Amino acid sequence: MYAVFVAVIVMVVLAADWGRLQRVFFQWDIARDQLPEIITIAARNTVLFTLIAFGGGLAFGVLLALMKLSTVAPYRWVATAYVEIFRGLPALLTIFAMAYAVPVAFSFRPPGGAVGAGLIALIMVAAAYVAEIVRAGIQGVPKGQAEAARSLGMSPNRTMFSIILPQAFRIVIPPITNEFVLLIKDTSLLFIVGTTPAMKELTTYSRDAMNTAGNATPLVMGGLLYLMITIPLTRLVAVLEKRQARSR
Amino acid sequence: MTLPDQLPNDVPAIEIVDLRKSFGALEVLKGVDLTVNPGQVVCVIGPSGSGKSTLLRCVNLLEEPTSGEIRVEGIDVLDPDVDIDRVRARIGMVFQQFNLFQHLTVLRNLTIAQQRVLGRKKEDARQVALANLQRVGLGEKVDAYPAHLSGGQQQRVAIARALSMEPDMMLFDEPTSALDPELVGDVLDVMRSLAASGMTMMVVTHEMGFAREVGDELVFMDQGVIVESGHPREVLAAPQHSRTQAFLSKVL
Repeated sequence: MYAVFVAVIVMVVLAADWGRLQRVFFQWDIARDQLPEIITIAARNTVLFTLIAFGGGLAFGVLLALMKLSTVAPYRWVATAYVEIFRGLPALLTIFAMAYAVPVAFSFRPPGGAVGAGLIALIMVAAAYVAEIVRAGIQGVPKGQAEAARSLGMSPNRTMFSIILPQAFRIVIPPITNEFVLLIKDTSLLFIVGTTPAMKELTTYSRDAMNTAGNATPLVMGGLLYLMITIPLTRLVAVLEKRQARSR
Repeated sequence: MTLPDQLPNDVPAIEIVDLRKSFGALEVLKGVDLTVNPGQVVCVIGPSGSGKSTLLRCVNLLEEPTSGEIRVEGIDVLDPDVDIDRVRARIGMVFQQFNLFQHLTVLRNLTIAQQRVLGRKKEDARQVALANLQRVGLGEKVDAYPAHLSGGQQQRVAIARALSMEPDMMLFDEPTSALDPELVGDVLDVMRSLAASGMTMMVVTHEMGFAREVGDELVFMDQGVIVESGHPREVLAAPQHSRTQAFLSKVL
């Protein structure tokens, strides 16, 4: 089997037109032209937008999870409907609606313009996923933990915030980190809202630079920068999952 | 909270009248009457499914009874106007699965409710916690996490956690059933010394030796009712009811 594998590799290497590939995908002078903006503006904005969407999505998602587990039925209905809607819609459609339809319909000016509206949409979508993850985490904490807390006289809220949620967060660290990685990539969807040069994230920047240069080199650089951010994180998720499997 | 140090002797610690509890169509408690007086140790035995754990869990309302009356130190715990959290703070509970807070150190397990429920200062709570850890023989484990302790140690920490609230009474729900046989002795020793100190205790257990030696009263339950009760030595030596005889012949 290894012989076949090596043979295929050798054939591909020999058959490829390396000079042409490099001309299309990686020219040093074009690469140099992207520096430092592709890092100081584009990569920075991607990280910044991810953090905003994740922070907002986490806070809102925990609230939704608590509503889903509430003893008050209308809270449960609202949260369930919300999660179903925003997990079911494409994120791109939600971003489009928030950037163009909602501001017109409600004469609402989102902070940060179109990008701000897109970020609100990403928060709304992330919250739906986070809500499901956190709900599963809360339900993964053994029932005896709440019983012990209540038997000591702690109120339902105190029990949730001091005993249940801290343990639920440990359970959900791997899937939440995974959600974070997905969000890094989803910030690329903001390219549809159109944006000022200073607000470009990696995908928008790379696409625009590719058009300007008439060459795919910026796209390759953008891709490498995404991987430099996401691969360490996915490795981290694997380590966390392994560690959690061991402590069970 | 202003409570008299010494309750009048005529107020039972726990008074249960005609208690019924159903899970769906299944009636688990079919009219149970039981009184536990201050300083008494009442042991409840019976086959699994007899309702003994449910009875115990109704006392601090971890299970909501379907009907009946429960009074703890004269307070009707089923009265919707009663602050159940305040009543629970006076009833220590020990579980079969220990239920220590896994994310907190032993010390924090013992201080969190003292601070958050009783409003004790951090240092005061720490002193109470350390004294109770000494009492159960685990003074050196203050900074350990529950996962690093044996089952027997966890259960003794759980007892110390309940005692740190300085409760008026303790409920034990099969405290040794989840333990390896060689670890049972240490837990029973702690419970024995607790009984000797005058603590009011209601103990659901399979440990007949403990019931005979420490119990003031033995209650035998089967199929949701109390079949027989009396002094442990008498019930164990000469059970009156055929169901008690059948159960004891299997476990003794």
